[in-house]
Amino acid sequence: MDTRLQIVAIIGAAGLLLFVLELVRRRALMERYALLWLLSSLVILGLAVWDDALTRIARAMGIVSAPNALFFVAVGFILLLLLHFSAAMSRLSDQSKVLAQRQALLAQRLRQLEQEHEVTRQRQLGERDRDLEPVREQR
Amino acid sequence: MFGESSLIDRMSCLAVVPAYNEAATVGAVIDGLRRKAPQVDVLVVDDGSTDATAEIAERAGVQVLRMPFNLGIGGAVQAGFTYAHEQGYDYMVQVDGDGQHDPGELKKLFAAAKGPDRADMICGSRFATDTGYIAPISRRTGIHLFAFLLSRLLRQPVTDPTSGFRLYNHRAIALFARDYPHDYPEVEAVLMLHHHRLTMREVPVTMLQRGGGVSSIGGSGKSFYYMVKVLLALFVGLGRRRAVPEPGEPAAVAADHGI
Repeated sequence: MDTRLQIVAIIGAAGLLLFVLELVRRRALMERYALLWLLSSLVILGLAVWDDALTRIARAMGIVSAPNALFFVAVGFILLLLLHFSAAMSRLSDQSKVLAQRQALLAQRLRQLEQEHEVTRQRQLGERDRDLEPVREQR
Repeated sequence: MFGESSLIDRMSCLAVVPAYNEAATVGAVIDGLRRKAPQVDVLVVDDGSTDATAEIAERAGVQVLRMPFNLGIGGAVQAGFTYAHEQGYDYMVQVDGDGQHDPGELKKLFAAAKGPDRADMICGSRFATDTGYIAPISRRTGIHLFAFLLSRLLRQPVTDPTSGFRLYNHRAIALFARDYPHDYPEVEAVLMLHHHRLTMREVPVTMLQRGGGVSSIGGSGKSFYYMVKVLLALFVGLGRRRAVPEPGEPAAVAADHGI
C-alpha cells in the first residue's frame, strides 16, 4: 500500500475511534451500542496499520483480490449491525407498548378516583351546610 | 333452580371495545351493549384516535382507556386484558368498535361458556354454519388457509380463526394480559392458547356489516402482507419452547409487567 494512503487510512480510523469514545464520554452513545462501533473502528485501524493483513486474509479465504475480501467482511459486518439495530428496535417498541398501556390504565384509574373524590367532597360539603344552617339563623 | 341466565349474571363480565377512529359507530356499539347485554361492564379502548371516539364513549358514561398513541389492535386489546385481569373480572368479551359484532349475539357466547362442554375461549364464528356471510376473496383465501393450519395443529375444527368476537374466561384473560400478539393477533392467539393447554370452541354467530371506518386488515395488498406475517408468526411460534415466558424467567419485555 502507498505510504501516503496508509497515513490517511490510519488517521481516518483513529479519528473514528476517538469520535466513538468522545460520544460515549458525552453520553450520546450508550456503551452497549458503542462496543460494536469500537470493534469496527479497531478492525479498520488494524487493517490500516498492518497493511499486509488484508492480503493474508484474502489469501486464507481464497479470494484473489484483496479489496474484495475487505468488501466481503465489511458487508457482513454492516448486515450484523443492522440486524442488531432491528432487534434493539423491536425491544424498544415492545417497551413503549407496555409503557403506553400502563399510562392509559393509570390515567383511567386517576380519573375514576377523582370522580369518586368529587362525589365524596360534594356530600361532605352538603352535610356541613346542613349543620351550619341553624347557626346562621341564630345570627 | 337458577334461571338460564343467572349463572352469567352472578359472574362479572367486561366487554372490551377496541376503537380506532370509530366516532361514527362507537356510540351505537355502547348503546347496543347496554340494551342487549345490560349485565356487562363496558371498557372502550381508544387506540390513539384523532376523532371524537374517546369523548363520545366518555359522554356515554362507560370506562375509557385512552392510548397515548396508536398501538395497533393487539396492543389495544391487551390493555383490555390487563384491565380485566387487574379488576378481577371472571369473563371478558371483545366487541369491535366498528359495529360488526352484534351485542345481541353475546348470549350465544355466554350460553357456550357455561354449557356442558365449556372452554377457556369461546369464539364467535361466521363459518361454523352458513350464516350468509361472504368475505372478499382475498381475505377468504387467508382465512381458509389459517383455518386449515390451525385445525391440523389443534386437532379440532377451527373455522373462523380471524374472528375477534371472543369470550375469554379468567384463565385466558391472565394468559393474554401477560402476552398477546402484536399486529393481527387473533390467529396467533389461538395457537398460544393451545400451547398453554387451554381450550377453545366456536359457536356460530351472525356478524353485521361494518358501520363505518376501515378494517384493520384493509385491501388485498394488505391481505397478502397479513397472510405472510401471520404465517411467519405461526411457524416461528411453533418453535418456541413455551409460547409465553413464565414469570421469573428472562423474557420478552411484554412479560416483565403485570403478574
